[in-house]
Amino acid sequence: MSATEKLIDGTGAWFDDRLRGAKIMRTWFRKVFPDHWSFLLGEIALYSFVILLLTGTFLTLFFQPSMTDIVYHGSYTPLDGVHMSEAYASTLNISFDVRGGLLMRQIHHWAAIVFVAAIMVHLLRVFFTGAFRKPRELNWVIGVTMWVLAFTEGLFGYSLPDDLLSGTGLRILEGVLLGIPIVGTYLSFFLFGGQFPGHLIIPRLYIIHVLLIPGLLLALITAHLLLMWHQKHTQMPGKGRTDTNVVGQPFYPYFMAKTGAWFLFVFAICALLSTFAQINPIWIYGPYNPSGISAGSQPDFYMGFLEGALRMWPSWRWNMLGHTWAFNVFVPALVPLGILITGLAVWPFVEQWITGDRREHHVNDRPRNAPTRTAIGMAGVTFYGILWLEGANDVIANWLNISLYVTTEIARYAIFIGPVVAYFVTKRICLGLQRKDVHILEHGVETGIIRQLPSGEYIEVTRPASGNLRAVLEARNELPRVPAIKRADGDEGPPPPSARSGIGRLRVALNRVLTESIPLPTGNGHGHGDGHGNGHAAEPAAIASGDPGHQAPGGGPTDGGDDRQGAGG
Amino acid sequence: MSWITARRRRPVAGYAVVLLGLIIIGVGYAALTGPGSAASAATPGSPSPQTLAQGERLFAVNCSSCHGNAAQGSAAAPGLIGVGAAAVDFQVSTGRMPAKELGAEVPRKPVPFTTEQIHALAAYIASLGGGPAIPSAAQVSTAGANLALGQSLFITDCAQCHNFDGAGGALTFGKFAPALTAATPTEIYEAMLTGPEAMPVFSDTTITPAQKRDIIAYVTKIRAEPNPGGFSLGRIGPVTEGIVGFLGGIGVLIFIAMWITMKRRES
Amino acid sequence: MSETGPGHLPGDGAGQEHEQEEEPRVPHRVIGTPPPAMAHTLLGDPRAAAEPPPPRELPAEPSNPAKAWTAERLAAALFVLSALASIAFIAAYVGLEVHSVDATLRSNLALGLSMSVAFLAIAAGIVIWVRNVMPDVELVEERHPLASTEPEREEFKETFTEGAEASGIAKRPLLRRTLIAASVPLAVAPLVVLRDMGPLPGTSLRHTVWRKGMRMVVYGPNTPLRAADFSTPGQMITVAPEGFPENQDVLAKAVTIIIKFAPGQLIPDRPGSPGTVMNWTVDDIVAYSKICTHVGCPVALYEQTTHHILCPCHQSTFDAAQGAQVLFGPAPRPLPQLPIGTDAEGFLIATSDYRVPVGPSFWELGASGFRGGNE
Repeated sequence: MSATEKLIDGTGAWFDDRLRGAKIMRTWFRKVFPDHWSFLLGEIALYSFVILLLTGTFLTLFFQPSMTDIVYHGSYTPLDGVHMSEAYASTLNISFDVRGGLLMRQIHHWAAIVFVAAIMVHLLRVFFTGAFRKPRELNWVIGVTMWVLAFTEGLFGYSLPDDLLSGTGLRILEGVLLGIPIVGTYLSFFLFGGQFPGHLIIPRLYIIHVLLIPGLLLALITAHLLLMWHQKHTQMPGKGRTDTNVVGQPFYPYFMAKTGAWFLFVFAICALLSTFAQINPIWIYGPYNPSGISAGSQPDFYMGFLEGALRMWPSWRWNMLGHTWAFNVFVPALVPLGILITGLAVWPFVEQWITGDRREHHVNDRPRNAPTRTAIGMAGVTFYGILWLEGANDVIANWLNISLYVTTEIARYAIFIGPVVAYFVTKRICLGLQRKDVHILEHGVETGIIRQLPSGEYIEVTRPASGNLRAVLEARNELPRVPAIKRADGDEGPPPPSARSGIGRLRVALNRVLTESIPLPTGNGHGHGDGHGNGHAAEPAAIASGDPGHQAPGGGPTDGGDDRQGAGG
Repeated sequence: MSWITARRRRPVAGYAVVLLGLIIIGVGYAALTGPGSAASAATPGSPSPQTLAQGERLFAVNCSSCHGNAAQGSAAAPGLIGVGAAAVDFQVSTGRMPAKELGAEVPRKPVPFTTEQIHALAAYIASLGGGPAIPSAAQVSTAGANLALGQSLFITDCAQCHNFDGAGGALTFGKFAPALTAATPTEIYEAMLTGPEAMPVFSDTTITPAQKRDIIAYVTKIRAEPNPGGFSLGRIGPVTEGIVGFLGGIGVLIFIAMWITMKRRES
Repeated sequence: MSETGPGHLPGDGAGQEHEQEEEPRVPHRVIGTPPPAMAHTLLGDPRAAAEPPPPRELPAEPSNPAKAWTAERLAAALFVLSALASIAFIAAYVGLEVHSVDATLRSNLALGLSMSVAFLAIAAGIVIWVRNVMPDVELVEERHPLASTEPEREEFKETFTEGAEASGIAKRPLLRRTLIAASVPLAVAPLVVLRDMGPLPGTSLRHTVWRKGMRMVVYGPNTPLRAADFSTPGQMITVAPEGFPENQDVLAKAVTIIIKFAPGQLIPDRPGSPGTVMNWTVDDIVAYSKICTHVGCPVALYEQTTHHILCPCHQSTFDAAQGAQVLFGPAPRPLPQLPIGTDAEGFLIATSDYRVPVGPSFWELGASGFRGGNE
């Protein structure tokens, strides 16, 4: 391998002379990355962002972000002689008069769809496995911010060609802005540079789309990755996986190769989609003009939930003293979005407050082992999903031959009933799955071997769960029971002062609900915080002072690992 | 004795007489009815009394149960006085009428009549009260049409129901604006002219015949266009694109991710 | 289960006799960890201690050489395929022209397919290489608590407080407060320069360009329309004010639909019962704003049989016979009705501007914009 040695001693030494990188690079190269398919979802988002940058740069070489009116005389004959903006004409030009232009446009748009979709499934994976817990709350907040930036970026991006479909979206944006109390008209006039449509909105959206938001995203993605690198990735529960180690394959050469291949796969799927699935055929839509509209107008999928909110809201408004509160507009535009973003962003902190669990967590939860959290997550998914479906209600009404108004009426009730039902159903499913796991731990795994006893009876032989299966089944995050005092004899004493206030009582109640779980059978399991095996007898709480805010500082993440009473009712 | 008389008792004489009779009837019938109109755009011309009578018979058998014996209408169906031949031609040649079941909307279905019968029916209804005539072939020809104007008119006055690609859309209470994929130029013209069911009327004095041709030219041109970007996904936009993006994009990538991270089983 | 220390796999005790498939299938190594201080610096610690060379961590040979041989051939074939596909891409780019829909279709198909194959093949080849040619390893790396140690925190605190004291910011309120006083306007100034991004709305949202005597033209051909030519009940058409062709700013508020009703179908406006203002109609032709009062989409879906106007965006529904009252959906007020008449030659004209603002509700609209009869 002298070629390798020459490389290190030659080029490598040149850099090392200036950077002193040998030791740190060795650490980086040996860094262990755990393996699970769901850990690749965030990378889909990362690599589709790279694809967006590459294809987007190509597009900027040809696109004209100008609303100047011209008459088209290009290659697409059905629109010959039609008045349109230069932005639209340049998009037609890219599609039909630049080789590879249509492919690049389509890859750019499909990559945007995959980008936002990947962010959403990655968000759900992180949520349902509890990977947002300490020390990753900051990364979670960065992620939620990036989600908002991503769909805003998409909205501005597909509005750039100034076609009828996206122009309608901008009209709706103007209407929504106008409806905001007090400042609405000013916001609208400042954004559009006057009345709608004006001639400034496309160039302004362009610079936000190619410079401002990508810059922000790049900075946030870098922070997100640096944090993940520094804190090391979480891992799924399994044999040998604890809160103090990472089990997997090294960065060099394994992970480098796999992630490189993954980038190429993401690119390949985007390219395949762009070859065989037409997207955003703006030549069919025609150029934007404010007097035209099409049946079945929808925004791209990631804006669908906002569109659905606008459709399902009743026409509430209030006139007072010469002013109008347009509840029918600004409430659906802002409230569901606000609920989702705020709820997501604060969730790690809310969960930490309710559970009192301030340990570091590096082993993921199986969703069934956090039944309430999973149920709340599914309620959120249902809430989002109903809004999303309502956004396509006229298409659904047409496909399924349902009366149009009926779809909206159903949505108006489903938006409240659906999440509640989803919560209860999901929780029951999780608890049921936990019971199944406990059953396996108690009774063993069926081997499929039937044996006849001397008495003539047939039994199926089972063997105890062992190895990786046992480790996975036993992996539990044992939560401290907060904030009651548990004395050595097991009695609960009077609640501490912090638990007597309204907030305190609320917290205790929420704690009971959030920590509801089927307990492991006695004699099994030791959580995954410690690696100390044998003491299975119930030990008194390490939290003796009832003030759950204090954990022994400075220790490792094994603090509280001996807690055995996390499993509530 | 003539040559025929001498042979009239031969067995072959019977067959010859039957054959002669058939030929006379056939030729006479063909001469009376004339050639069948092959192109649906052919104007029937001024109707003869036989045509009107045929139309009246067809009406009595197939339509009067809902539309009334004198086409005056009933609770189940509107009156047809003054709707014109164009309306009849549109409704019957697309198979919408006779309606099999009355729902919010009467959809296109297979046509039980010949073109000649449809024209007879249309002529009969027109004779009752006038109304728009069936357009001629020249009127629906798209040669030399102004596509730009057609696009502008279509987007402004048609796409809000029929969708920018003519894919159709939902109306209220279970009605729908049908897709335009199967409509012939004559049918499009007639629909604009007569405003079937919930569709508004676009008379020739508002949207002139030339402008109607422009619209027809635009519709027929774009629906015949290939999809350069791949499969069209219905050309209705982001709904199908989102479904494909999740299932085809993320879904396939998840399967690939499972392959990449699969644990290896040692043999 | 036996006591385990950090860095070793637990669970080697009970149950092992059933564990034949759980025995480590791969070479199992523990990575030696750098001293704690090293883990927190990015550029390395100058006090590098001399360490003995660690044992080999990654085997050089694949776990299953026979499988590796096949995998290598397969991956190599895939790489060759990828190279060919990339060349095909270049050839397709050079060879296939565009400039028509059909040509674009061919070009897109060729370029897209070759690009997809190029990426897929090389990606699949790499994965096959990693999974079969590279030896299977499972490494364990230790985590260290992310929190700094107490002494480190103390040292930082000392450095920080010493610096704060040296800067004097805590003890010198004059400096501190005037600095803040200097920063605030500096921070506000960049916001102020955004003022010219747009004009103030003023009253512009309350008016359109429609004026008394302005003719209506059919949008598209831009030809004026006689009332006599719009005489079939059930007709509807989009009209625009004459004199503003292709002016989208004007159209965005002024575009109007006119509908012809049969005599007696229009429901007049009465006190307490809003409806169509008959004075603003001519020959049972009524004109409404085409801009939906919800969020501004063109509302043009006119159903002749029910005389409902449906907005396709969010399904607001208006009754065209009764002054465009809202029947369903999120729109808060009826479509404004445009007063129309005819001029001396019989062409349809507006007889005034809309009496209420058109389009979405806004803060300054007030109750006057909602009066059902458009007084």
